[in-house]
Amino acid sequence: MSIDINADKQAADAGMSTAPQPDKYDAGQSALGARGWLRWMWRQLTSMRVALILLLLLSLAAIPSSLIPQRSVSPFKVSEYFRNNPGKAEFYDKLQLFDVFSSWWFAAIYILLFVSLVGCIVPRAWAHSKALRTKPPAAPRNMERLPAYATWETDADAADVLAAARVQLKKRRFRLAPSTDSLAGEKGYMRETGNIVFHIALIGVLLAFLVGKLFMGQGGKILVEGSPEGFANSFTQYDDFQSGALFDEKEMEAFGFKLKKLDQTFERLGTQKGAPRDFEATVEYWQGVDGKPKTGKIKVNEPLQIGGTKVFLLGTGYALDITVKDSKGKVAYQGPVVFLPQDSNRTSTGVIKVPDVSRGVQQIGFDGIFAPTVSLDPNKGWFSTFPSLDSPALILTAYHGSLGIDTGVPQSVFRLNTKAMEQYKKDDGQPWAQVLRPGETEVLPDGSSITLDGVRPWANFQISKEPGKEVALYSVIAAITGLVLSLFVRRRRMWVRATAGPDGRTVVEVAGLTRTEGGGLGQEVQALVDDLRASAPVASSDGPASGAAPKSAEAEGAAKSVAADKKDED
Amino acid sequence: MPTITSAAADAAETVNAVNENLAQLSNWFMYSAIAIYTLAFFAFCAEWVFGGRSRVAQQSAALDEVPVEVPAQAAAPVAPAATLAAAFGSAEPAAGAAGGGSVALAERPVVVVRDAGHDGDAADDGGDVTGGDERSDRFGRIAVSLTVLAFLLHAGTLLARGFAVKRAPWGNMYEFSASVALMVVAAFLILLTRRPVRWLGIFVLLPVITTLGVAVTVLYTDTQQLVPALHSYWLWIHVSTAIVSFGALHIGALASILYLMKDSYQKRMRAEDPKRRPWDTVMERIPTPASLDKTAYRVNALIFPLWTFAVVAGAVWAENAWGRYWGWDPKETWSFITWVAYAAYLHARATGGWKGRNAAYLSLLAFACFLFNYYGVNMFINGLHSYSGV
Ligand code: HEM
Repeated sequence: MSIDINADKQAADAGMSTAPQPDKYDAGQSALGARGWLRWMWRQLTSMRVALILLLLLSLAAIPSSLIPQRSVSPFKVSEYFRNNPGKAEFYDKLQLFDVFSSWWFAAIYILLFVSLVGCIVPRAWAHSKALRTKPPAAPRNMERLPAYATWETDADAADVLAAARVQLKKRRFRLAPSTDSLAGEKGYMRETGNIVFHIALIGVLLAFLVGKLFMGQGGKILVEGSPEGFANSFTQYDDFQSGALFDEKEMEAFGFKLKKLDQTFERLGTQKGAPRDFEATVEYWQGVDGKPKTGKIKVNEPLQIGGTKVFLLGTGYALDITVKDSKGKVAYQGPVVFLPQDSNRTSTGVIKVPDVSRGVQQIGFDGIFAPTVSLDPNKGWFSTFPSLDSPALILTAYHGSLGIDTGVPQSVFRLNTKAMEQYKKDDGQPWAQVLRPGETEVLPDGSSITLDGVRPWANFQISKEPGKEVALYSVIAAITGLVLSLFVRRRRMWVRATAGPDGRTVVEVAGLTRTEGGGLGQEVQALVDDLRASAPVASSDGPASGAAPKSAEAEGAAKSVAADKKDED
Repeated sequence: MPTITSAAADAAETVNAVNENLAQLSNWFMYSAIAIYTLAFFAFCAEWVFGGRSRVAQQSAALDEVPVEVPAQAAAPVAPAATLAAAFGSAEPAAGAAGGGSVALAERPVVVVRDAGHDGDAADDGGDVTGGDERSDRFGRIAVSLTVLAFLLHAGTLLARGFAVKRAPWGNMYEFSASVALMVVAAFLILLTRRPVRWLGIFVLLPVITTLGVAVTVLYTDTQQLVPALHSYWLWIHVSTAIVSFGALHIGALASILYLMKDSYQKRMRAEDPKRRPWDTVMERIPTPASLDKTAYRVNALIFPLWTFAVVAGAVWAENAWGRYWGWDPKETWSFITWVAYAAYLHARATGGWKGRNAAYLSLLAFACFLFNYYGVNMFINGLHSYSGV
């Protein structure tokens, strides 16, 4: 009896999902030899259980990247880490903990997951494409054992009842398979389709991400407002540049731009005083070798797209127009010098290197602090109290000697190497230090002079090209659509049987089956039953049963065993 | 000359300033909301306490409700009187069929639903808090009314803040926490209109009051404008969906916790000589494990696509702001971890051997990742995603 029920039920829900069956542990694997082992390993790899473990491992493996500085994100912090804990850093480095996302172990997990995904999805897609072409199975013999069931007797003709059922199920857009005394319908194939689309789309996201990382090229460039020399997109023009392994310098697009104007607004009131509110860069850009110049605007969050490249505004600061003359009055240096902000009120630091002083004179280097709204604190020294140019001042000390530029060792333009230099002293032996306001000139003890001609803002642009963004986006859209379908569509089957009963009346049976979690099957079957009543009214109650209650005690037993079956199967 | 330009700049920049009166109002709303939530919590407590009076009857009920093989809810609908209407707890007129033998019954064949495990009717198991006690029921209704009142004040808090700064009130952790707590209550109230989940109220108010408490004490920041990096409509899409997801996932996590507790309780009761624990009086009155598990699954599955969308919207915003859509910033990394953990949970539910308790542990692990991504990453790990003023 119980075997009978199982077979019956299995036939009824055959092919409703291509989800893999629970993993079976058959004994005697070892007897299978190498090929058997390979097959077994493949089965394991593509099983849900292993996919689950790989998923958990993947998230576990990502954790260190948020606790330990990453080279790809903040190389500076990594070198700092090396300086502070050399021993530990060495050890971490061996484990590739500073490069989690390019480490072999992270790669191993996602490649395995990728293989698992493909190995899982291809057969499922194949099975589903077959299921899409298969008619639902005929009504099981014992329909009352199905999860939702109703039966009643009617005086209507069996053929008419089936015809009405066909109309009703068609209206509900069930796929139908008629047989002599019954009708089978199935609906909700989109669940499986959605699931497969989702998983394939995940592969798409992964591939797009990889392509992006391999072919991307991006770099930064600081431009001072109004500077005549702008930026032209070639490798040498960048302040810094990163690229993927397959990036091709020859493929760089021809364009360029200049910073015409930079507007900045800061909060003047309240606890957030000094917080940036709005930055807007007006640029003149051209595309192609001799393209006509056009005007564009770039804001934070609103990049400018030029061809396939995007230009982002990342940060701003102040540059100082400086003129240095030697003791003979000859201009030794002139130009804007970029100062880097050190705090939210734009207290900035920078250096001025003057290598070309007249022959015979030593080179000069200035070390400076710039404050857009200057203030003097007995403890902190000079600093800025507001990021706008309300009361700008440059505080300078100066050195003479060799800047070390000619040694061939690359130098930071923001740091002065004073190893071979000596600080200028005042007559009283104190270090020379001066406060310069825009327009002012100061003379050094040796007769050279420095003038602060003016202050202009600069903007830091990021120029980046990362192919595959569109593919990633479309894949993600497909993934979400597939996900919604696979989670919310219910796959279900319904059967209607109408047969002549022993008393000459027609016995109608309606049943429904779903493997999907979520309520509503009963309601749906009830709605079908209610609609069928128009064509198959319940026979007046002189008959043996009103239909509501199936042969009670036995049915209860059956129901329990069905429920128990379900549990086992899960 | 300089003074004039500076004054002009001042004038231009005060346009962005904050309406202090509204900001003050918002704070008063917040304190009132917290106070009333607390009252509602006590009213829920009273509901449980008075409902516990008829303890004896319940204990025997609790023991009955522990069948060995078949889930309790599976057996119920098989009874002839289990009309569809009854099974779904709806007050549809057809429920009159329960009158037995009436004309209506004869005319309307009813569907027998027997496999509740797959049909999900179990989710309508509302537990039994009041135990039929009238006073308990009254307190329950008072508690819900107070919750609704506090919810309105709570919403008022955020509205006032939003109008005070003329932007959506999700600009810092204080505002974000307040919004998430609002969504927890909203999820509960929405659920309440569809299913008998009043029993859940006491558990929902715990994280709500805690979150708001932390928000006003630790995270509080004055109303303020946003830094330019936060001016993006993608950001608003990202944040609003994240808030709804986070809020609703609280309910999923609660259901998982209660599932684990109730499941242990039932296992204990099945023993020969069950040891009783002080909290058993709560355990015996909450719904069956199957029903709790299903509630957890439904909430998590419903929210997973939305949360996926929130992460994607964040990536789109990051692309606009920083020129890369995914850069393994700590916040991004933890979103990824959280997302994968929830995906693992959904897989676990579909896989033999991982269902039940293991799936519930995964659900809680995933929620813990979400919590860490919010509190841990925002407060202890420095990344690009720093919030203005905390
Ligand atoms: C990044 C990796 C993955 C993610 C994020 C993911 C996500 C999901 C989600 C959200 C579902 C829906 C669950 C449900 O219907 O309740 C699902 C279903 C499924 N996944 Fe994955 N998955 C991933 C990898 C895999 C892999 C590697 C496999 C193959 C071994 C796999 C096999 C399946 C199967 C068979 C189902 C359907 C379960 C059912 O129909 O009941 N998934 N997946």
